[in-house]
Amino acid sequence: MTTKPLALKILDVTSIVLLLVASYLVFFYAPMEMVMGNVQRVFYFHVASGWVGFLSFFIATVVGVIFLRTSDLKWDTIGLAAVELGLVFSFINIVTGSIWARPIWNTWWTWDPRLVTATIMELIYAAYLMLRQGIENPVRRARFGAVYAILGFVSVPISYFSIRIWRTIHPVVIGTGDPDALGSFNMTAPMRVTFFFALFTFTVIFIDLFWNRVRLGRFTERIEQLKMKVMA
Amino acid sequence: MSISPVKAYFRSLTAIVWKDLAAELRSRELISAMLVFALLVILIFNFSLDLNPRTRQEVTAGVLWVTFAFAGTLGLNRSLAIEKDRGCLDGLLLAPVDRSSIYFGKAVGNLIFMFLVEAIVLPIYSVLYNVNLFNPGLILVIVLGSIGYVAVGTLLASMAVQTRTRDVLLPILLFPLVVPVLLSAVKASTGFLEGLPMTEIWGSLNLLVVYDLIFIALAFMFFDYIVEE
Repeated sequence: MTTKPLALKILDVTSIVLLLVASYLVFFYAPMEMVMGNVQRVFYFHVASGWVGFLSFFIATVVGVIFLRTSDLKWDTIGLAAVELGLVFSFINIVTGSIWARPIWNTWWTWDPRLVTATIMELIYAAYLMLRQGIENPVRRARFGAVYAILGFVSVPISYFSIRIWRTIHPVVIGTGDPDALGSFNMTAPMRVTFFFALFTFTVIFIDLFWNRVRLGRFTERIEQLKMKVMA
Repeated sequence: MSISPVKAYFRSLTAIVWKDLAAELRSRELISAMLVFALLVILIFNFSLDLNPRTRQEVTAGVLWVTFAFAGTLGLNRSLAIEKDRGCLDGLLLAPVDRSSIYFGKAVGNLIFMFLVEAIVLPIYSVLYNVNLFNPGLILVIVLGSIGYVAVGTLLASMAVQTRTRDVLLPILLFPLVVPVLLSAVKASTGFLEGLPMTEIWGSLNLLVVYDLIFIALAFMFFDYIVEE
C-alpha cells in the first residue's frame, strides 16, 4: 500500500508525454483557423476538459448510487475524488471558453444556456464540498454526499432545458448546431486528429489523476484510523 | 383493530402536519418571521430597483419569486431546526410508521406555510404597486413552483440541520438545485401577467410539472438515507 504501484508510475509518465504531444499537435500540427485565427486553438483543450469534467460528475453520481446500495466507505472516497477532479476540469473548461469568447463574441462572459449550466454545475459541486465539510461523522458525510451528488446531477439537465428557452449562441462543432451560433467552423482532417488526440489525452490524464487522488484518499483514511488508535 | 396500510400512512402524515400547524398556531414564530422578512425583501427591491410603473411590469414576477425563495429558506430552516433541537426528530423516527410519511408530513406543513405567506404577500404587492395579481394562471404557477421548491427544500433542510454550519448551508445547497423551478416559474408568471398566448407558456409549465414529479420521487427515495442513524 505504501509504494506506488508500477502501473500508476507508468501512467504518470504516459500522461506527461501525451500532454506534450497534444500540445505540439495543438500549436504546430493543427492548421490555423481561417476566420478566428490562433485563438481557435484553445478549442481542443476546451472541449477535452469539458468532457472530462462531465465524465467525472457522472462517475460521482454512479458511485453515489453504489455507495447508497452497499454502504461501503471506499466508494465515498472515489466519489469525492471524482467531484474534486470534475470541479477542476470544469473550471478549466470555463476559463478556456472565456479566453476564446473574448475575441470571438467580444465579451468574456454571456448568459448563454451552456455557460450558465456550466456555472450552476460548478456551484452545485462546490456546495457538495461545503456540505461534506460541515459533517464529522464519516458515514453520515458519505451518505449525504452521495444523495446530494445524485440530486445535483439530475437537476443539471433540467436547468439546461429551463435556460434553453432563451436563444443560444454557443457553437456546436460536432453534429448540427444553431445557425445563429457565433464562431462555428468546420474541422479539417488535421484538426480532427488533434481534437480526438486531445480528448484521448485528457481522458488518460483524468484516469491518472483519479487513481492518484483515490490513493491519497485511502491514505487519509488510514491516517484517521491510526490517529484514533493512538488517541484511544 | 387493523386499518389498511394506506389509511395508516395518511393518518401518520396528517398527524405530523397537524402537529406543525398546532405548534405554529400557538407560537406564530414561523409565519410572522417569514412574512415580515418577505415584506422587507419587497421593500428593499423597491429602492434598489427603483420600481417605477414602467419597469415594474417586467420585473414583478422576478421580484415575487426571489421574495418567496428567500422567505422559503427561512421557513424550511426553522421547520427542521425545531425537530432537531430537542431530539424531536429522533422521537419521530422511533415511531413505527413509514419514514417517507414523516418527510411528506413535514413537506406538506412547509407547503402550507409557504402558501400562507404567498396568500398574504400577493394582495399586499397588488395594492402597493397597483398591479392585478389575481390571475388564475399565476396562482397555478405559484402552486406548482412552491411544490417543487418545498419538495427539494424539505429534503435538503433535513440534511442541513444535521451539519455544523446548518443555517448557512441551506441556501447554498438549495439554490443551485432549484434554478429550474425559479427560472421556469418566473418565465411562466411573466407570461401570464403580460397575457402572452398559451403556446409560449406551456414549455415552462411542463418543465415545472416534470421537475416537481422527479424531485418528489427522488426525495421519497432518499429521505430514508438522510435520517437514518
